[in-house]
Amino acid sequence: MSYGDELDSESAELVRPYVITKGRGLPDEEQLSLITLVTAADDDQRRPTRLSPEEQNLLDLCGAGYLSVAEIAGHTRLPLGVVKILLSSLTESGHLVTRPPVARAALADRQILEEVLNGLRAKFG
Amino acid sequence: MGSGPSLDEQDYVRGGATQTAVKILVVGHFAVGKTTFIGAISEIAPLSTEETMTRAAEGVDDLKGVEGKTTTTVAMDFGRLTISDQVVLYLFGTPGQQRFVQMWEDMARGALGALVLVDPERLADSFAVIDLIEQYGLDYAIAVNHFDGSPLREEQALREALDLLDDTPVVTCDARDERSSAQALITLVRHLQERAH
Ligand SMILES: Nc1nc2c(ncn2[C@@H]2O[C@H](COP(=O)(O)OP(=O)(O)OP(=O)(O)O)[C@@H](O)[C@H]2O)c(=O)[nH]1
Ligand SMILES: [Mg+2]
Repeated sequence: MSYGDELDSESAELVRPYVITKGRGLPDEEQLSLITLVTAADDDQRRPTRLSPEEQNLLDLCGAGYLSVAEIAGHTRLPLGVVKILLSSLTESGHLVTRPPVARAALADRQILEEVLNGLRAKFG
Repeated sequence: MGSGPSLDEQDYVRGGATQTAVKILVVGHFAVGKTTFIGAISEIAPLSTEETMTRAAEGVDDLKGVEGKTTTTVAMDFGRLTISDQVVLYLFGTPGQQRFVQMWEDMARGALGALVLVDPERLADSFAVIDLIEQYGLDYAIAVNHFDGSPLREEQALREALDLLDDTPVVTCDARDERSSAQALITLVRHLQERAH
């Protein structure tokens, strides 16, 4: 009996994300939040690694500028958990750089809220 | 997935190298207008992400023993607004179901606050959403999405029905209209400012 026979279509769908991520666990939440900004690193920072097609696709997507983790998931249509794992691995190998949102502090918050308010007023009158 | 999507220049975060990303949640019950609201003010076509969940529910690691697990796909949608050279704002549209705990935690963590969209004809449907927002400790404002033909309720009656604090702002908006939606957002941010002082 082949292994595949045991999988109904639903579980086959579940296996796929597992295979894509090579079984790695979810990365640290603070490092890769929904609004962490991601972009491709300079060539000289990259460790020579063999990339999976999915990793190569993400790298290509991030090659032309910054995107948030959420946007990367939205554009690729991959589940968020899968995207986070792939991004984390690409970051570890030096292919991507991430900019987590600044830690929230009361003072920073007040400045940011002021900035957001001014920006919204300028844009929408 | 064959070759990946290719994007236009304006799809990328304009000043990504220097900007701080912040987020505000747009929450509300089913069909209250969340996606419409985000679409009205986002500078990018609204995107959505899906989360595959197992009954055992923790991360992709658990998929090793796939037998007998169920998946639910949850869509959250979001848009983006470049505020300035320093700040880029993301708006996340979040369904009001409590059972998507992981997703709520992801979205609520670090959020500046939440705008709660309310349909005056279905006030009772908003109770659970407001409970969730309070549970996650987020400051919020209420935006009454005024659908055509629905009678405008007295603000005081609405406040009582939703059991709001006196300083919680209530605004009326048309989620299809950019300026009207932006005004609701401005009201929320002013409220957040007051709470931060
Ligand atoms: N007349 C009127 N219709 C609206 C308004 N806002 C939204 N709608 C309509 O109401 C329907 C639901 O709006 P959505 O934006 O999809 O609501 P949602 O909250 O994203 O819905 P779910 O994601 O399914 O929970 C759509 O057909 C909208 O066109 C409004 O202010 N006035
Ligand atoms: Mg929607």
